[in-house]
Amino acid sequence: MRLPPGVSSRDFSDALKQFEAAIGKDWVFTSDEDVNLYRDSYSPFWHEEEEPIPSAAVAPDGVEQVQKIAQIASAYKIPLWTISTGKNLGYGGSAPLLGGSVVLDLKRMDRVLEVNDKNHYALVEPGVSYFDLYKYVHDRGLKVWIDPPDPGWGSLVGNALERGGGYTPMRDHFDCHCGMEVVLANGEVVRTGMGALPNSKTWQQYKYGFGPYVDGIFSQSNLGIVTKMGFWLFPEPEAYIAGNVVVSKHDDLFALVEIFANLINSGVVQATTNVVSPLAYGPPDPELAALRASGSTKDLDEYAARKNVGYWSVNLPFYGPADVVAAQWEYAKRKFSVIPGARFEERASYRFPLDAEQLAKIVNPVPFGVPSLQTFSIGGPRSQGHMWFSPIIPMTGEAVLEAQKVFDQVARNLGLSTGSVGGFPIWSFFARAFVIIYFFPIEHDVEKNRRNREIFRRLVKTSAEHGWGEYRTHTAFMGDIMDAYSFNDHALLRLHETMKDALDPNGILSPGKNGIWPKGMRKARA
Amino acid sequence: MRSAKAALLFLCSLTIPATALAAPDASQVERGHKVYDKWCFPCHGTGSGKPGTASLAARGQKPAVLEERTDLTAPAIKTFVRHGVLFMPMFRKTEISDAELDAVCAYLTRNNKPQ
Repeated sequence: MRLPPGVSSRDFSDALKQFEAAIGKDWVFTSDEDVNLYRDSYSPFWHEEEEPIPSAAVAPDGVEQVQKIAQIASAYKIPLWTISTGKNLGYGGSAPLLGGSVVLDLKRMDRVLEVNDKNHYALVEPGVSYFDLYKYVHDRGLKVWIDPPDPGWGSLVGNALERGGGYTPMRDHFDCHCGMEVVLANGEVVRTGMGALPNSKTWQQYKYGFGPYVDGIFSQSNLGIVTKMGFWLFPEPEAYIAGNVVVSKHDDLFALVEIFANLINSGVVQATTNVVSPLAYGPPDPELAALRASGSTKDLDEYAARKNVGYWSVNLPFYGPADVVAAQWEYAKRKFSVIPGARFEERASYRFPLDAEQLAKIVNPVPFGVPSLQTFSIGGPRSQGHMWFSPIIPMTGEAVLEAQKVFDQVARNLGLSTGSVGGFPIWSFFARAFVIIYFFPIEHDVEKNRRNREIFRRLVKTSAEHGWGEYRTHTAFMGDIMDAYSFNDHALLRLHETMKDALDPNGILSPGKNGIWPKGMRKARA
Repeated sequence: MRSAKAALLFLCSLTIPATALAAPDASQVERGHKVYDKWCFPCHGTGSGKPGTASLAARGQKPAVLEERTDLTAPAIKTFVRHGVLFMPMFRKTEISDAELDAVCAYLTRNNKPQ
């Protein structure tokens, strides 16, 4: 049996017996067969000693059981790695960052506690997936939409805590949460916002409550175990239009993004979309790569004219009353018309609710509040998994071009095709800034994975040099990225550590998560 | 190793004569159908946007929709679910219990014919 680091065999054995007494023998997993199911299916460490494998897993069925587990773990100083549905594939899945941790698996806590379609909110436990909540809403004919991220089997709680994004106007999942219940490392239960008021009638309707707003310290962190979370839902809209804007020249990007940012920041466009270059569709083209390397805008424009697909395009989704979305699209077209030669096409138009036949024809229903697993086609039919490199960059044409240039150069330095790196889409999952979501394949090949980890770390450093930081990452790189957020001698990390020491003095909660280690495991910083 | 082992077992599953098949228990099949709809259909079902079905089709597996197969065996199904294959992850017992997995096996082998 594997042991948690620093825990004796005898203490671990005693703790496991106490876990069994607290939650039942069936829900304490210790055999290799059961514990190996918690490995990261998309681990960048396949077949390597470095792969962090847990020592055991415990699966409580309620907040009282979570409290008992925290108390037992504190007494024996056993590291717990908390997961919700464990489907954070691409960012670590269900595996801990620290090998030997006991996984605290909250999947059994899968109750939808309330959905209100008059004030448009839900209260759920961590094991509730987007599929689960969609079914609950659909079965009851409630007039609200959920906002799934790309993979629908993830947890609403887990995704929001990782600050994930979706596609509808409720796309910023942490921003759309309202109220939490949290078990602290000592087993105490705290409710945030209006939940702190006994008999509160507005826990899911007013975020802030009274006093300091603490919800943020439980996201991307290891300061508590979130056992309930409220979410604002989107009232079922009447209509949807997807408009597409295509511009023909390289330098049209500056005006395109400036107008786009104005539309986003003024609320005309309220949903996730992306800026892409249609030239990047299809297999990498050595001619395009060479032209990019040369930096000749004139040659690039001539290449784009020859291909006749446009140089840049942006898709504009509008949700709301039918006459309003039509007016928003007309307004957007008027704004983009200042770019000479801008072309417009209406790609889709729907009235809601969609019937089953309409829905079946939509390859990716996620932007319509319907969860799916379609995104797993991304690596092709023989893909063995993936992970994501995802820096935040400014919402300007200059930043997009700089990012393209920088990542193209990194790719060339590493002997990679620039077509793949340069072709990344630029997303608007969050207000005011773009996020690049760059795909890294995971393979069951030690050398390829080592090389990809090296490239990943190079990209983190290069991004930091340009002032771009990642919004989220795989467990394997959490330390690298937190290291990059180093203003004033890592003052932010030191603040996190101060809170960690105060709230979790025994260091039991998810050691190493987002680069935050308990005192006893903290490496001396240079 | 994970995918190689799964693939090997899968190949074996196609060559194991399905003799001595007991008649499927209707309630177990029905239970398995429900578990399948919850956990398997979103990836392996019919219709667009099903990456498991698309992957099997691209790799020449016929039929690509698991529910239409008559040659799957319980050991192969269990290996895929508990070990994963290619981009399909492994599933924990808090997601699909052993009893639920038995039911899925009953459902996906319900149409198998003795060889």
